[in-house]
Amino acid sequence: MNKFVAAALVAAATALGVSGTQAQTGTLAQVKNRGILHCGSGTGLAGFGLPDAQGNWTGIDVDMCRAVAAAIFNDPAKVKFIPLSAKDRFTSLQSGEVDLLSRTTTWTMSRDTSLGLNFAGINYYDGQGFMVRKKLGVDSVLKLAGASICTQQGTTTELNLADYFRANNLKYEVVAFASNTETVKAYESGRCDAFTTDASGLYAERLTLSAPADHIVLPEIISKEPLGPVVRHGDDLWLDIVKWTHYAMLNAEELGVSKANVDEMLKSENPEIKRLLGTEGKYGEAIGLTNDWAYRIVKLVGNYGEVFEKNVGQGSLLKIARGQNALWTKGGLQYAPPIR
Amino acid sequence: MSSIPTETVQPGRASLLYDPKIRGYVYQLALLAVVAFLIWSAASNAIENLRAQKIASGFGFWHNAAGFDVNQKLIPFSASGSTYGQAFYVGLLNTLLVASIGIVLSTFLGFFVGVARLSPNWVLSKLAMIYVEVIRNLPLLLQLFFWYNAVLKPLPDARNSIALPGNIFLNNRGLIMPNPQFGPAFQAVVIAFFLAAAAAVVFYIWSKKQQERTGKQYPNGLITLALIIGLPLIVYFFAGQPLSFDLPQQGRFNLTGGLQIYPEFVALLIGLTTYTAGFIAEVVRAGILAVSRGQTEAANALGLRAGPTLKLVVIPQAMRVIIPPLTSNYLNLTKNSSLAVAIGYPDLVQVFTGTVLNQTGQAVEVVAITMAVYLTISLVTSLFMNIYNKRMALVER
Repeated sequence: MNKFVAAALVAAATALGVSGTQAQTGTLAQVKNRGILHCGSGTGLAGFGLPDAQGNWTGIDVDMCRAVAAAIFNDPAKVKFIPLSAKDRFTSLQSGEVDLLSRTTTWTMSRDTSLGLNFAGINYYDGQGFMVRKKLGVDSVLKLAGASICTQQGTTTELNLADYFRANNLKYEVVAFASNTETVKAYESGRCDAFTTDASGLYAERLTLSAPADHIVLPEIISKEPLGPVVRHGDDLWLDIVKWTHYAMLNAEELGVSKANVDEMLKSENPEIKRLLGTEGKYGEAIGLTNDWAYRIVKLVGNYGEVFEKNVGQGSLLKIARGQNALWTKGGLQYAPPIR
Repeated sequence: MSSIPTETVQPGRASLLYDPKIRGYVYQLALLAVVAFLIWSAASNAIENLRAQKIASGFGFWHNAAGFDVNQKLIPFSASGSTYGQAFYVGLLNTLLVASIGIVLSTFLGFFVGVARLSPNWVLSKLAMIYVEVIRNLPLLLQLFFWYNAVLKPLPDARNSIALPGNIFLNNRGLIMPNPQFGPAFQAVVIAFFLAAAAAVVFYIWSKKQQERTGKQYPNGLITLALIIGLPLIVYFFAGQPLSFDLPQQGRFNLTGGLQIYPEFVALLIGLTTYTAGFIAEVVRAGILAVSRGQTEAANALGLRAGPTLKLVVIPQAMRVIIPPLTSNYLNLTKNSSLAVAIGYPDLVQVFTGTVLNQTGQAVEVVAITMAVYLTISLVTSLFMNIYNKRMALVER
C-alpha cells in the first residue's frame, strides 16, 4: 500500500512537472508539431468571421488566421477555428487553447499590459456606434437620454457606453448579454431602444435583422476601436510571425502585388518586391519560416486590399468603404513598416 | 487490494500495525497528504505560469473602479465610482434574491403538484403528471429562452404601456409600479410588525398548552393574521401615514421613476420555479407514498377527516423522506440560477465571472471566489435543512 502511495505521488509530480515544462517550448514549434493552427474566432459576425452552410469560415479576421497558416504550412486550410465569445476569448488564449486570437478584439492598454497578451497589429480601424429603429425619430446619440441599450458584456463597448453617457450626463439603462446573438435578438424584440457595438458590427448585424431598412446607424462614433490579432505574452518569435503576416499583406497591396499577379511579380526587378517575395534576402528565415513566406500568403489568401474588399468592402454584402482602413498612401491609417 | 504485508515486522509493533484503527488513521493521513500535495502543486504551478506570462494576479483589482453599469441592483452601483468589489456584491445579491424567492415559490408549487398527482381527481392527477413529465425532460436553458421570449413577446413596447389601476404599468421593459418611499416614522410600523409576530408566537404556544390541557382549539391562523396585519396598520395611521410613493412618469423612451421589475428577472424566476417544482413534486409524491396506507386507515378509524389526516398524520411522516432530496433541489435551483447569464439577468456569474473577469482578466481569482461563494451558499442551505431534518426525524423513545 505504501508503495502504491509513493507511486501515486511520483506519478502526480511527474505529470505536473511535465506540464510545467511543456509550456516553455515555442508556439511555432507546437503549431508545426500539431500540423494545424488553432485560431480563436468570433461566434459569428458577417464580414469578420462567420461559418457558412458548409462550415467554411469567411471574413477578414478568418483570413488573418489563414494567412498565418499559409505562411507556416503553405496551406491556408490548416486552421481549426474555435469560436469564442467576448467573455471567454482571453482566458482561452492565456490557457493555450488557441495559438492566436483573431476576432474583432480592441487593443487597449490594460489588455496589452496586464492580461499577459500582446497585440500584433491593427487589421481594422473601427469605432463604437449605435443602431436604433427609424420610427423612434432619433438622429443623435445625445437624444438617447432615458433609453434602454443592449450590449455585449465584458467588452470595451460596455465601458465606452458608460463613459460616454456619464460624460454627457445622460441617464440610460444597460441590458448586457453574454453572446452577441442574444444581444441582437433582445434588440430586435424591442427589449432595448438601441443596440451598440463597433460600427462594422452594426452594419453586419443589421443585415441579419428581419427588416434591415427599418433601422439606422446613428452618426456618432464614440470611441476608437483598433481591432487586431492577439497572441500570448512571452513568445517574441510567434508575435513577429503574426505581426509580419499582417505587414506582408499591407506591403503587398502597397507594391501592387496581388493574388492574380504574384507569380509574375516573382520576376519583378523592384528590390522591395524582391525582398517581399523572398527572391532576395533571407527575411523569412529570420522568423523561423521559409523565404517565400509572403509569397505564399499573397498567393493563397491575397493582399490586404483584396481581403478587405472580398469580406467587408464592395465585394461583400456589407459594402463598407475603406475609410480609415485605406493605405497611408491613399489617405488612410494602414501603414506597414518596410521589409528590409 | 490485498492486505498481506510484504515486509517482516518486529513482533512488538505487530499489534500496532495490525490495529485497524491505527491503519485507518495512517491511510487517511496518507490520502490527506496526497490531496494537499496535489492542491499545492496545482496552485504553485498556476502561480508560476501566471508569473511567466506576466498576467497580473492577486486581489488588488477588488478596489479598482469598475467603469460599467448594471441595470438591476439592490445596492447603489454606477459606472462612476463603484468598484469591482461592489460589482461582486451586486451580482451576489441578485443571485440570492432570485434563488430565495425561487425556493419559496417552487416549494409551494412543487407541493401542490405533488399532492395533486396523488389526487383521486383523474383530470387533476393527469394534469400534474403531464406537468412533471414535460418540465423535467426539457433542458432548463431552453425553458429559460422560452420564458424570456414568452414574457417579452406579448408585451407592448414602452410607448404603448398597458396601464393597470394604481399607477402600475406593464411593457416590454418590465412591470413598473409606484416605488414606496419610507418616512422616518415608518420605523414604528416595522417595530409594531415584529411585536405582533412575537405576540403571535406567544399566543400559539399558550393555545397549544391550553389544547393539551383542555382539548379546546383556538383559531390560531386567524388570530396570527389579525395581529400581524392589524397592529402595524394601527401604528401606521397613528404615526401619520409615513409612506409616500414615487410614481412612474412617461419619459421619452420609457417610464421613469417608480419601481421596476425587469423581464429578465421574471423570466428567470418563472423558469427556475417551474423547473425545480417539477422535481419537488416527485419528491413530495415519493414522500407521501412512503407513508404506509395503514396510517391513513388508522387515522380514519379514529374519526379524523381527510384534511387533518394529511396535515397531522401523513405529511409529518412524509417530511422525513422528503427533506433530504428537497435540500438537493434547493441547491440545484441556486446553482441553476447561474444560467441567468443567457438571458441577461445580472446574477453573480454574469456580473462577476462575466464582466469583471473579462475587464480584469484575473480568471483564477474571480473563478475561485465564485466557486467559494456557491460552495458557501450550498453549505449554509444544507446546514439549515439538516437542522430542520433533525427536528423532523423520528423521535425514538
